[in-house]
Amino acid sequence: MRIELVKRPERSQLFAAFSPFIALGLTLIAGAIMFTVLGKDPVEALYYYFIDPLREVWSLHELAVKAAPLILIAVGLSICFLSNNWNIGAEGQFIMGAIAGSILPVMFPEFQSWIVLPLMLLMGIAGGAAYGAIPAYLKVRFNTNEILTSLMLVYVAQLFLDWMVRGPWRNPEGMNFPETRTFSPSAVLPEIWSASGRANWGFVFAIVAAVALWFMLSRTLRGFEVQVLGQSPRAGKFAGFSQSRMVFFAFLVAGGLAGLAGISEVSGAIGQLRPTISPGYGFAAIIVAFLGRLNPLGIIAAGLVLALSYLGGEAAQISIGVSDKVVRAFQGMLLFFVLACDTLILYRVRFVGSSAAKTVEATQNV
Amino acid sequence: MKKTILSLAAAAAVMSFGTMAAEAKVKACWVYVGPIGDFGYSYQHHQGLLQAKEKFGDELETAYLESVPEGADAERAIERFARSGCNIIFATSFGFMDPTNKVAGKFPDVKFEHATGYKREHPNVATYNSKFHEGRYVQGVIAAKESKAGVAGYIASFPIPEVVMGINAFMLGAQSVNPDFKVKVVWANTWFDAGKEADAAKALIDQGVDIITQHTDSTAPMQVATERGIKAFGQASDMIKFGPTTQLTSIVDDWGPYYIERIQEVVDGTWKQSDIWGGMKEGHVVMAAYANMSDEAKKLAEETEAKIKSGAFNPFTGPVTKQDGTEWLKAGEVAEDGVLLGMNFYVKGVDDKLPQ
Repeated sequence: MRIELVKRPERSQLFAAFSPFIALGLTLIAGAIMFTVLGKDPVEALYYYFIDPLREVWSLHELAVKAAPLILIAVGLSICFLSNNWNIGAEGQFIMGAIAGSILPVMFPEFQSWIVLPLMLLMGIAGGAAYGAIPAYLKVRFNTNEILTSLMLVYVAQLFLDWMVRGPWRNPEGMNFPETRTFSPSAVLPEIWSASGRANWGFVFAIVAAVALWFMLSRTLRGFEVQVLGQSPRAGKFAGFSQSRMVFFAFLVAGGLAGLAGISEVSGAIGQLRPTISPGYGFAAIIVAFLGRLNPLGIIAAGLVLALSYLGGEAAQISIGVSDKVVRAFQGMLLFFVLACDTLILYRVRFVGSSAAKTVEATQNV
Repeated sequence: MKKTILSLAAAAAVMSFGTMAAEAKVKACWVYVGPIGDFGYSYQHHQGLLQAKEKFGDELETAYLESVPEGADAERAIERFARSGCNIIFATSFGFMDPTNKVAGKFPDVKFEHATGYKREHPNVATYNSKFHEGRYVQGVIAAKESKAGVAGYIASFPIPEVVMGINAFMLGAQSVNPDFKVKVVWANTWFDAGKEADAAKALIDQGVDIITQHTDSTAPMQVATERGIKAFGQASDMIKFGPTTQLTSIVDDWGPYYIERIQEVVDGTWKQSDIWGGMKEGHVVMAAYANMSDEAKKLAEETEAKIKSGAFNPFTGPVTKQDGTEWLKAGEVAEDGVLLGMNFYVKGVDDKLPQ
């Protein structure tokens, strides 16, 4: 008894549409089993996981707060991944954007005017893009592996931030604790609708960026260039597209958006620089990008789903008392099934040398 | 989003669960920065929760969130508790300071308690902390008695006043026995990372220290010390089962009495804003059983502990010289709490440059 994956001659439209739902079904079943084994009511657990966070307005705001950086970074990464540039360093670009954007409110706190915030955002974009340009330059000039360079630069950025908030930028009134002064009101990214929650304009930036990049990818020559160079560099060369310029383009876009996400998070959600400003958004966004199948509009949905799983995980922890390890295991199952079920788009499953009874047994073992 | 549609049917069945637990008189909620299984800092806060639960029984409903990152997530976690009917919320990490104050402004009827911070921007925010440095002084005394090399290794987390204060207290305790004693410091830059802490312990042992103490929360240094056959101090909880032949003693954070007291005040309606810094005297800092040491060291440790507990002795009593050689405290002078809470310098004898 063997199970084989047989490559389909072409993508299955049926499974392209249905694989997320199959994945959802499998996640719910596997999750229900896990919660039952732990002695929790599975229906209650799944309710708190998926429904409870969507019941209240403040919670929807929190969803937007959590999803905004994920989406913003992931749409930028989609340009990188589509064009075959493996930028793993969005976390570092996020941090450098946050640092560059914080120069004004930290070093010139008395400079307060309407112009401060736009300047901060621009500097954030510039900071992230400049940091993204380093692995791009190394790749183009020295043919270094951008996976390694971009990843290593994450640690450099984290340590640089750590040093800044403990040293030169430490709040003089802060009892020596490692954090900068809190931003003045004119340096804080406003909330969209502050009467009901704290979602800030970062979420709007994320949606605008996703739609803009979707338009670029599907409707413009530059978008075509991204896809051609990604799928077949040789064909792209014959078409007169420059590989080197594409490397820079992808890294600058991804870095700039990650930088924008960084300064939006610091200015909107945190209000100061601290030794850690991201719970790993730059890495989680890689998952979001693939979950959204590298399509900017899909990434919006994927970002919201991943954000929901964080919020639902908290709700489940509080309401039914499962540990956060269970919550993370469940999140892992969701991602695993979604990505695994995408296999069905390109492959079909064949059972070799089986009787009907054995097939059933095998399916259960899968 | 599609997930919600499929689960709607399930939702209807579950709606009733929300109203089930409305019996308890008071609801207390905790936000932890680490996992409750760290056997260190967050574990001890959770022990406090369990003590309170035992004391109040059905009168008290509790909830907690573990491994909450410091940053934008903390505010959501705290607000979630404030909205879910908690009467008193304990935010147990320094990094929760600003989120705690921000949420407190929105929920004036909920009491907020922030551990290790200094901001009380609203009348419903209190702060609390423990004088762990009192225990560190006793550790220093033991280290100087037991070490043959005359050098101890100190695994530190972040160069914040709390941690610097601990290193200095340890140093002064050791110098009270052996004026030439040295302390080597490694900054792990984490509160909880078993791998990094183990590496730090190995590095220190390779540099010749024969006693390890830590201001990080995992049991890894204790285990490394056991493997290498040297002695170590536990952190936050009694780690004796991780080093039965290794642990000399441990500073145990006992948050239970404080939590019970504050919850009782909420029940009675007498809760007021305060800033509590309790030590051995108040029972917030407890030394685990003295073990694996000579009788002489044990006797001296017990005497030192008794002296601090009675209030007769403050670990930061002059004469004390700073690392750079300038005088900090004159003979007999006692450091003010305010100076300690902003401490950013070493005393003489610490073999390290303080990261600034």
